[in-house]
Amino acid sequence: MNDIIQLTRKDLASDQEVRWCPGCGDYAILKGVQSALATLNVPRENMVVISGIGCAARFPYYMNTYGFHTIHGRSPAVATGTKMANPDLHVWIVGGDGDMMSIGGNHLIHVLRRNVDLTVLLFNNRIYGLTKGQFSPTSGVGKKTKSSPMGSIDPAFEPISLALGAGATFAARTVDLWGKHLQATIKAAHEHKGTSFIEILQNCIIFNDGAFDPAVGKKVKSDKTVELVHGEPLIFGAERDKGVRIRKDLTLEVVTLGENGVTEDDLVVHNAHAELPGLAQLLATMEYPDMPVPVGIFRQVSRPTYEVGMDAQVTQAQAAHGGDKPSLTSLWNQGDTWDVAP
Amino acid sequence: MQTVESVVVRFAGDSGDGVQVTGTQFTNTAALVGNDIATLPDYPAEIRAPAGTLFGVSGFQIQFGATDIRTPGDISDALVAFNPAALKVNLSRLRKGGLILVNVDAFSSRNLTKAGWEHNPLEDDTLAAWQVVKVNMTRLTREALKESPLKTKDKDRAKNLFALGMVYFLYDRPLEHTVNWLNSKFAKLPNVAEANIKALKTGYYYAETAEIFRATYQVPEAPIAAGRYRNVTGNLTTAMGLVSAAQNAGLDLFLGSYPITPASDVLHNLASMRAHGVRTLQAEDEIAAVCAAIGASYAGQLGVCSTSGPGLALKGEAIGLALMVELPMVVVDVQRGGPSTGLPTKTEQSDFNIALFGRNGDSPLPVIAAKSPADCFDAAYEAARITIKYRTPVILMTDGYLANGSEPWKIPNEADLAPIESDFRTDPEGFQPYMRDEATLARPWVKPGTPGLEHRVGGLEKQHLTGNVSYDPMNHHRMCELRRDKVDLVRQEMPPLEVIGEQSGDVLVIGWGSTYGAIRSGVDAALADGVKVGAVHLRWINPLPPDLGEIIARFDKVLVPEMNLGQLIKVIRGEFLVDAKGLNKVQGMPLNVGEVKQAILDLQYGEA
Ligand code: SF4
Repeated sequence: MNDIIQLTRKDLASDQEVRWCPGCGDYAILKGVQSALATLNVPRENMVVISGIGCAARFPYYMNTYGFHTIHGRSPAVATGTKMANPDLHVWIVGGDGDMMSIGGNHLIHVLRRNVDLTVLLFNNRIYGLTKGQFSPTSGVGKKTKSSPMGSIDPAFEPISLALGAGATFAARTVDLWGKHLQATIKAAHEHKGTSFIEILQNCIIFNDGAFDPAVGKKVKSDKTVELVHGEPLIFGAERDKGVRIRKDLTLEVVTLGENGVTEDDLVVHNAHAELPGLAQLLATMEYPDMPVPVGIFRQVSRPTYEVGMDAQVTQAQAAHGGDKPSLTSLWNQGDTWDVAP
Repeated sequence: MQTVESVVVRFAGDSGDGVQVTGTQFTNTAALVGNDIATLPDYPAEIRAPAGTLFGVSGFQIQFGATDIRTPGDISDALVAFNPAALKVNLSRLRKGGLILVNVDAFSSRNLTKAGWEHNPLEDDTLAAWQVVKVNMTRLTREALKESPLKTKDKDRAKNLFALGMVYFLYDRPLEHTVNWLNSKFAKLPNVAEANIKALKTGYYYAETAEIFRATYQVPEAPIAAGRYRNVTGNLTTAMGLVSAAQNAGLDLFLGSYPITPASDVLHNLASMRAHGVRTLQAEDEIAAVCAAIGASYAGQLGVCSTSGPGLALKGEAIGLALMVELPMVVVDVQRGGPSTGLPTKTEQSDFNIALFGRNGDSPLPVIAAKSPADCFDAAYEAARITIKYRTPVILMTDGYLANGSEPWKIPNEADLAPIESDFRTDPEGFQPYMRDEATLARPWVKPGTPGLEHRVGGLEKQHLTGNVSYDPMNHHRMCELRRDKVDLVRQEMPPLEVIGEQSGDVLVIGWGSTYGAIRSGVDAALADGVKVGAVHLRWINPLPPDLGEIIARFDKVLVPEMNLGQLIKVIRGEFLVDAKGLNKVQGMPLNVGEVKQAILDLQYGEA
């Protein structure tokens, strides 16, 4: 068991030609996921990638692991069955914002609620790609698309907020092009026991190009994002002179260290392990352009996992039978029976 | 005391009158004394419908006899009515001259009005055609329990046992079984147990002492094949059949299910079978339930989902996925009255079309139907055997009548069950995900976790053998044919059809599902009237048995009775180009023996 499993990124690449549009953020995510998974000390055959429908959902075809490209929105439900049937498998769910938050929203919240031990990778590009550019549940009011020529009147979901509301025991945000950050987040999710939810901000170069650039682009990211580190104050900025402070009415504000007597002691200190999700929820309200966009792990708490709970019931029920299944004859003969003589 | 061959009794009252419990106790006692039985619980969709109303009437009908009992009976010999509404609703289903046992205390002017009686039928000649036995059940029960510490309200609830005691006397039944049951059910509430037993015994002795019945009856034991028996409902045998198949195949069973009437007992029963390696997911919705079952089959367990019509409609896309990725799965459809929400607690066979055709694309599946509550065991076992062997989902059709109706089940021997091989592929040598077994066209079943066999599956069209995504036109045509041919190959599993009655002649009756008992008895009755009639009952409704066409050719006319407006009949007409006639009934009630007989006579001699 202690053998180190030597895998490289290439070992996890399948022989299928990758068919995303050139320049799509999915390429970087694929590379990052392959690199991260290669270091997990998990045998390739124990990895299962399960997806729904959409651009992102083609992901399993490109992974040289077990893979299941299911139907629109349903990957969390399929993955729940797979993990319950074999808890030794490492299950990864991949899907976009339309797949997971619109048609599959119900399954997403319930897999989070149950805390099945698997990882959800939500590729959020705030648009429907595969159906050619309609607004999605994360697009937001005003978004002009082919299906909303006068601007969308659909308010957006905030994915981290939704996940936390559903009881996510692990919720994190990362960015397609931030290779190291992406890999570190994936590894942290892998180590977490329970449902890990990772929102990956992903650029759709064709239908929503640059949607996140003003916040996460190379040149602006130090000033427009804030890294959440457990136990550390929320400090950001190229000069690391800005911080996030909490007001009395439980709203957040950006302050500058050294100005008006503000010191590090005044800042919010991140507590990812807090029992209640209140702080994480508050941080999830931070949105561009008013606030820096938080990245990293919002919440990570320990809770019983669903598949382990189910297995425990099976084990308990079998304890009376020497740890095995009782005979079928004993099953059939329960309740009142009577004999008819020949 | 008169000896009779068979009797039909119907208990009816408010949902809160304990009608179902009373009926079940009467049934179990009948089974234990050696009668053959068939039952029909018939209850409203509302859990506690307003008391005294017509729509709130709950009924339980049992036929028990000294002969082979195949149906709960067309018409009852005795009606136990706990209130005026129960009398009103059930009078038309009571044989003229039959017995009415009523609780006079419930015939208040308020209850009479609620039930729509303008005059009290117990006081005029409305019931002149029947023998009416009026008993103050509530008052006598209170009287019997005057020493009991229970509150009056709780005492009144024992009146169903008082009534049961009277009926036990009427049919010469022992009290012992129900006494034992009450003692164990209320082991922690000795006062309740004692009161109920007292009510039961008082009812029995009251009937005896007061000589309230003109005659009493004895129904001797039925000639039943030797063996050990248990009284079962179809939802129980369905669960046991599935678990038995999984266990014999060396598999654990996974059930994904969303609560739905009348299928929920399949979920309840399986949830109580954890020791047999059963994992159940009460899913967030119908779609999640089927998808989780697919995920479990993908991981190497027997995935099952149980539902009723509205749920089957929701599951269509996912069932298509399972057939595309060619994994085993049993979909149990406990049919109820449709369309839409329809009649949740009533029975129907109207999901035939959706089971056969309710998916996008060319997507045939094997569909198997159970014919009686006990037969659900065999049908479920066979459904699981075939899905595991052929790696395509199988739909198992039962219905509300089979699900809740009961009959004695001869407990099988483990050695009698067909062996099932789950046969997982582990050898990487020459492996291709969509290579096929020659005899079954099944593709390999590979558990994730197997080294060297990593591969991808999904709902996009697959290239033959490699399983890679393929948009090639000829490949798609070929794959559609392969999936169809695989389902057609299930024909090789079917034993020759049994033709009941005449082997050739005037009329062939073709049925499926829960109409079996009524068809069988209706055919017997028509034979006795001189019609040369035969009947086949279809175990598989897709694909159709290979010898059906040849059997049809031996008869002049074909009759297809169904509890729908004509669904199987269209397939029979289409497949065999025969001018089949339908007997169709969608009233939420099983077919009657008399209706089947009459339809045969009408077809043969022309309508009277
Ligand atoms: S449409 Fe957008 S998301 Fe889809 S592959 Fe192209 S760039 Fe990527």
